[in-house]
Amino acid sequence: MARPPIERSPVTTEAPEAPLTTGPPPEPPKNPRAIAWARRRRSFGRVVRIYRRNGMGMTGLSILMFFLAVAVFAPLIAPREGLDPTCTCTGPPFQAPSLSFPFGTDDLGRSVFTLTVWGSRISLMVGFFATLISILIGSLIGIVAGYFGGWTENVLMRFTDWGLVIPFLPLAIVLASIIGPSLGVIILVIGATSWPSTSRLVRAQVLSVKSRPYVERARALGAGHWHMTTRHILPNVGPIIFANTVLLVAIAILSETTLSFLGLGDPLSISWGTILEAAFAAGASTAGNWWWLVPPGLAIVLVVLAFTMCGYALDEILNPRLRRR
Amino acid sequence: MGTRRYVAGKLAQALLTLAFVLLFNFILFRVMPGDPIALLLRGSGAIRPDVIAELERDFGLDQPLPEQFVTYAEDTLTGNFGVSLANGEPVTQRIGDRIWPTILLVGTSTIASAVIGLVIGIYGGWRRGSAFDLGSLGFTLVAYSMPEFWFGILILMAFAGGVGFFPSIFPTGGYQTAGADLSGFGHVIDVLNHLFLPWLTLTIAYLGEYALIMRSSILDVMGEDFVTTARAKGLRDKQVLWRHTVPNALLPTMTLTFLSLGFVFAGAITIEYIFSWPGLGLLTVEAIDDKDFPMLQALFLLFSAAVIVANLIADLLYAYLDPRVRAS
Repeated sequence: MARPPIERSPVTTEAPEAPLTTGPPPEPPKNPRAIAWARRRRSFGRVVRIYRRNGMGMTGLSILMFFLAVAVFAPLIAPREGLDPTCTCTGPPFQAPSLSFPFGTDDLGRSVFTLTVWGSRISLMVGFFATLISILIGSLIGIVAGYFGGWTENVLMRFTDWGLVIPFLPLAIVLASIIGPSLGVIILVIGATSWPSTSRLVRAQVLSVKSRPYVERARALGAGHWHMTTRHILPNVGPIIFANTVLLVAIAILSETTLSFLGLGDPLSISWGTILEAAFAAGASTAGNWWWLVPPGLAIVLVVLAFTMCGYALDEILNPRLRRR
Repeated sequence: MGTRRYVAGKLAQALLTLAFVLLFNFILFRVMPGDPIALLLRGSGAIRPDVIAELERDFGLDQPLPEQFVTYAEDTLTGNFGVSLANGEPVTQRIGDRIWPTILLVGTSTIASAVIGLVIGIYGGWRRGSAFDLGSLGFTLVAYSMPEFWFGILILMAFAGGVGFFPSIFPTGGYQTAGADLSGFGHVIDVLNHLFLPWLTLTIAYLGEYALIMRSSILDVMGEDFVTTARAKGLRDKQVLWRHTVPNALLPTMTLTFLSLGFVFAGAITIEYIFSWPGLGLLTVEAIDDKDFPMLQALFLLFSAAVIVANLIADLLYAYLDPRVRAS
């Protein structure tokens, strides 16, 4: 069996020399910052071009765009009144899919279609904000540990190791049940429990960036810690953080679903997880009301799958460790 | 020499983490928002101050915090987790009753998903890009994206509820048929009958993870020189795969298996809930509903300790199987 030839991807995080652009050479920029920005723009353009050729990444992106549009235009797709059980627009309870109720109705006669459309808002929102918190904590710890090293690194990494072995779901359950069910708590809990993997990844990348000659040169020129971390370390760790972010959103959405299903979500806001909780509690599984269970679950699978596909595609492009494959 | 230092280091690390978890568990339930008494009495309206004072004395909350921690640590180390608020039984006894169903369910499904997942990963990686590889990758991705409880509900609906053309051939939940006084062989069959659906759900839900790790591990090893040598010697494909590639690729997967063994205790929470399987997961859900904090505290400690112990075993096993780890 022949081994495939080694592919060399044209992207490297800090390769200003890759002469991929055609056409007239750009005007010589005036100051170093402009050079840096021009280089970053070119680099970004290259990533976009490679990403476009990635079938998995583009499939994921289109699914995401679809659900984002559904979330943004929810009021236009399904009127908000449909969520109110007292609305005249509700039908008989437990009705199988029909023309007026494409996904059937729930125990209160509400259209499952309307619920699923509106559920996308909360599910996506929790996913984004929880990921934001987790990325902020994870990157901060990773950068500080990797950059300063020594004693600081030891303490922070011990802390991270400990965060990694704490089983996520029980911790989230305990936190959410102590503080009480609400949307903010769910976001906080997911964010505060999912950062350790990020901080490990970021630290590893910081360590490799730190030993590069230009960082040493900057230090020799007298750059301070703030300048070093924000101007030299962060821009080179950024791409990996971004790929990791996309993968984390998928995990956050799944976590939200699980916590809501266990009754720890906000009982008043409708997410895909709370729809499933209500359906299971009302005995939809034993009564065979499949239309109440399948649409929200399918939406979760599709969105999580889409984020995962985008994340893998980005990781393949941006993660130097995977680039050799 | 190196080995002893390695083992001692790993042991110390595990003990340190365990101490950390203990401290965290203490803080979580005492210092977090409000006080335990308020949590205990949440939703029960106004309570007379002398009742509150008595409760505080009972729980030792009138002592200073460091002293409370010493008491708590002593209690934990001697296996005294207090009484369950739900029915007044000792926490350890309730956990002891519930731990075996979880071990039965999670143990058998982990073994099944690891074995099936590894085989899928081996063949997928070996024939990279083949129809089998792409198919199993797609399946793995979808299985990963699925909330396992949703999959469980669908399985429950299909094979226990009986929707459409699906036959309702399995019980909808529980550990055994209620009221049926079965013994011996009949009892075993009855339990297995109840076990099947949750077992199937967990096996399929976790299979993908093993397949994915094994596949990438096989791909890594296939690029090694000794595999090329094995081919150059003229070994058959089968021999190269099973004698040279798989044993080396199994190493990282072993670690994953043990790591996930630690997590499965906690991982079956939603599945046990759906199938009313009376294990630790269902106990957790019940404790949430009852606001049974001594129980939650003990369960959380148990779940964390399981992961730490599994981690330690994985580390030691890894060093035993791969001498390079010990040397570094």
